[in-house]
Amino acid sequence: MGQLKPVEDWTTDFEVLDDGYIHDPFTVWDKLRDTCPVAHTNRRGSTWLLTTYEDVTAAAHDIATFSSLDIGVIPAVEDEFEPLPYGLPPIGADPPLHTWTRRLLLPWFSHKRVDGYEEMTRDLCNKLIDGFIAEGHADAAAGYAQQIPVRVIAKILGVPEELSDTFTGWVRDVLEFADVEERAIRGRDGILGFLLEQMPLRKEDPRGDLISELLHTEHDGEKVEDSVVLGIAALVLIAGIDTTWSAIGSSLWHLATNPDDTARLVLEPELMDSAVEEFLRAYSPVTMARVVAENTDFKGCPMAKGDKVLMNFPSANRDPAAFDRADEVVLDREHNRHVAFGSGIHRCAGSNLARMELKVALEEWLRRIPEFHVAEGAEVTWAGGQVRGPRSVPVVF
Amino acid sequence: MKIRVNEEKCQGHARCYALAPEVFDVDDYGQSSVKNDGWVPDALENKVRLAVENCPEYAIEVLEP
Repeated sequence: MGQLKPVEDWTTDFEVLDDGYIHDPFTVWDKLRDTCPVAHTNRRGSTWLLTTYEDVTAAAHDIATFSSLDIGVIPAVEDEFEPLPYGLPPIGADPPLHTWTRRLLLPWFSHKRVDGYEEMTRDLCNKLIDGFIAEGHADAAAGYAQQIPVRVIAKILGVPEELSDTFTGWVRDVLEFADVEERAIRGRDGILGFLLEQMPLRKEDPRGDLISELLHTEHDGEKVEDSVVLGIAALVLIAGIDTTWSAIGSSLWHLATNPDDTARLVLEPELMDSAVEEFLRAYSPVTMARVVAENTDFKGCPMAKGDKVLMNFPSANRDPAAFDRADEVVLDREHNRHVAFGSGIHRCAGSNLARMELKVALEEWLRRIPEFHVAEGAEVTWAGGQVRGPRSVPVVF
Repeated sequence: MKIRVNEEKCQGHARCYALAPEVFDVDDYGQSSVKNDGWVPDALENKVRLAVENCPEYAIEVLEP
């Protein structure tokens, strides 16, 4: 995305897809929090960027002013294709649609259900490691982190695991390449076209998976509409893959570049739970957008109806006003009210699953590869925008 | 120590359940609740204080310290 206009002033003309920002957003966030905590840009329409913990959580709770009808950090392509009249509920919906669709979805990601996926996740991690451990090197992002969540989500949705690479490609198109129109359309049409093919099969022959169950669920005495089921299934596919893989990848990148932390986690595995929370805080992948529902004044900023507001959870989680030693990774941090999974009624529905996957992925990696570092001369690459995480982390061990 | 989970504030992050599963319960929708009518055994008070400090929604209220 090198053709983007360079940013001269981050307070009035920020660019979330700027290469330097994607690589190191931390210095920009620190400066904005200190000097201009609500930044603005007119790139892709009038858009505000919230950077403090206080502002991000306040906006997340003010659902009347900040609507979820448009949550894309990069605006969606507008064309004729419109099989989703309700968008992607519950995340892309306001109450009341949000409320009842969320209740349909939450039990699929309860602790009990997630416990049932742990063994397959552990097996999957070990199979992946089996594939590269003898070589002494691997891509911790593309060859490991990226391969895990997609297969668990495929299982939950009841779609073939063999299509994992295809799903990953579509989800990257939609999120990572949202700014490249042909790729954004290809990803969107790929996901929706595939699900539209699958739904009739499950209507006839329910298989106990998420899509089948939703198609045979009632709300207020009526069958849930197909377009609502389509939206929920697409959401699970999109939101359940790139996000968690980015968190696993960032955590492994941190360990590959901080051998003291790696050694400590290997020696003190009981720290894993707090370490997982700390990685989620320090390398939160997800920024969510809202659309301003009515003209409003937010901290002295005149937000107009229709403006975009970016709730920068990753920056909120690095806010020194909310966290001691906010810029350091403290594996045994005791007080950690991070909002990596959001705040308020849109708290990530899959947070239990994401936490389990991140923990198991790190445990199995460290159990089998307790010492590793970034290969000399190798380039670590990052993606950003809605979801920030490494795309390639070549390591040797 | 007596505590309660404010149901209006709880959004199902489940940090309390992760930190003190002996004290908190969580249902299929992520809603947390406190076992034993909110009374916390002395031996678990430190765990519960951690849960209070880690709840992103400030949903755990200490009724009697």
